[in-house]
Amino acid sequence: MRNPYLPLPMKLVKNFTETSDKLIHTFTLEFLNEQDAENFKYEPGQFAEVMVYGKGEAPFGIASSPTEKGILKFSVAKVGVVSTALHMLEEGSIVGVRGPLGNSYPLEQLKGKSLTIIGGGFAFTTLRSTIQYILDPANRGDYGDLTVIYGARNPGLLLYKDELAAWDARSDINLVTTIDRAVEGWNGRVGFIPAVTKEVAPKTDYAIICGPPVMIKFTLPVLEECGFTPDRIIMSLENRMKCGIGMCGRCNVGSKYVCKDGPVFTKEQLDKLPNEY
Amino acid sequence: MIINKNEIANILTKLAEEYLVIAPVQKDGIVQFSAIKNGAEACLTFANTKKPGKEILFPQSEELYSYTIDTEGVRMQANVDQKETIVFGMRPCDVKSLVLLDNVFKNDQYQDVYYLTRRANTLIVGLGCNEPAATCFCSNMACGPFAKEGSDIFLTDIGEAYVAEGISEKGQALLAKLGLGSATAEQKALANQLQAETKADGGVNIAGIAEKLGGMFEHPFWDSLHEKCLGCAACTYLCPTCHCFDIADEATDCNGCRVRNWDACMFPLFTLHGSGHNPRPNGKARWRQRLMHKFNYFVDRYNATACVGCGRCIKNCPVNLDIRQALADIRALD
Repeated sequence: MRNPYLPLPMKLVKNFTETSDKLIHTFTLEFLNEQDAENFKYEPGQFAEVMVYGKGEAPFGIASSPTEKGILKFSVAKVGVVSTALHMLEEGSIVGVRGPLGNSYPLEQLKGKSLTIIGGGFAFTTLRSTIQYILDPANRGDYGDLTVIYGARNPGLLLYKDELAAWDARSDINLVTTIDRAVEGWNGRVGFIPAVTKEVAPKTDYAIICGPPVMIKFTLPVLEECGFTPDRIIMSLENRMKCGIGMCGRCNVGSKYVCKDGPVFTKEQLDKLPNEY
Repeated sequence: MIINKNEIANILTKLAEEYLVIAPVQKDGIVQFSAIKNGAEACLTFANTKKPGKEILFPQSEELYSYTIDTEGVRMQANVDQKETIVFGMRPCDVKSLVLLDNVFKNDQYQDVYYLTRRANTLIVGLGCNEPAATCFCSNMACGPFAKEGSDIFLTDIGEAYVAEGISEKGQALLAKLGLGSATAEQKALANQLQAETKADGGVNIAGIAEKLGGMFEHPFWDSLHEKCLGCAACTYLCPTCHCFDIADEATDCNGCRVRNWDACMFPLFTLHGSGHNPRPNGKARWRQRLMHKFNYFVDRYNATACVGCGRCIKNCPVNLDIRQALADIRALD
């Protein structure tokens, strides 16, 4: 019987300060054991419990794509005991990782479809995984048009700036970045995600959206105006979790456990659940 | 089979030489499950133990694994309890709760090795209730004072002796090993009569409750139900089917262990996000969760109600909240 509570040992190879406020770092981890690297098969949208030995573990969405072999990336905001400890770790430290956990974006089902991906702030992490996966030469042909709308409060808070630049230079992705208020030196769009989404008016087969609750709340009606039916809007929930395997009883929404049945749900599925998340 | 009461102590002492024997014991003014070496310690005249039997397979606090980090890497040692165990004298409600908890700790994707290893190595001797307490309502909850589901051996108290039935193969094998005499036709008849006549009817009717609750999430009923509740979580800690837990690290320098402890949905911090958002921010949401989980969500997930009618939540509530009344009130709603 496999013990789902035992973490895999990983080495922190890069602790990168992602945002200008220094509150979000991206951690690149390498498996210590080759066999673990082989066995750790994940899909965009899944998460893992990252453990700082002696401090505890916390769930984070996996920011790397399965196409990036041998490593895992997590972008983590410094908010609690575990994330603060993680931020302070030196490169070369050993951490534990349990996963992959939860379900993923249904990328198999989305093959042949055009997609709009909408992200707000720090919730962009698993969307990076998804975009990176789709843009991989091995996969790009499987998907149609790709529009990405990504917003942050200010330019300094945008994650993955180098990658955003690289994506922007490509012709097979329509990248729209926006910030909340105009600042000097910013030549992109200004405005909140719902308004920008309305302007862009994406017409794709599916929309994937991940961000703060208030952004989701105001963007969903826009997506519906754009013609996305609830079964074609894919969302990712966040809830307090501990075990990650549907046992500790913490993250449920109605009879669904976010850790095991989610975190990815369609709006159609969420509409049938109690509004308690 | 028949076990005379004056033989019980000797049988248990003998079993304790080979197995870890856990039985109800009168200790610190309460009856609680405890490991025994001497069979005379077992107390089989009790309405129910203070804490539920779940703690035998799912301890209130347990170390999952310990670890050491050094220059060579990380070494982890999982502490899976392998002891062959006999639980002697567990009431049918608590035994049924283990059948329900099996669903949780072995889902379609993951197995909880700690619970399941103990489960596989544990033989349960159930003990019927001749005199259910005033707070008991197991007869209303797909259980009953003489329900045998989950027991490997089942005992019925007929006065001077217990009529023992081997329910599972494991139980039958142990009974055969004990070399007991057969019950007479008269003794069997008396046991059957007790089993047929004894009820723990709390007047609870849950027919249709799961479906009704399904449409009640936004109902004003929840606005007042929780008002007396102190949020102490005695109801959840003492519930044999509540299984929520927390996981914490206890460590110094490079040595540490991960521990899991019972936790409860009645506490505000249980669902508090790192961002400060709390999906269940008040007593209303938490009481609704507790009731919905037992009578709707669990039914939806595992096709069974997560309540066995043991009455501990009623007996131990400091402000006398009564789940039987809550269910009756729900039934009475239009």
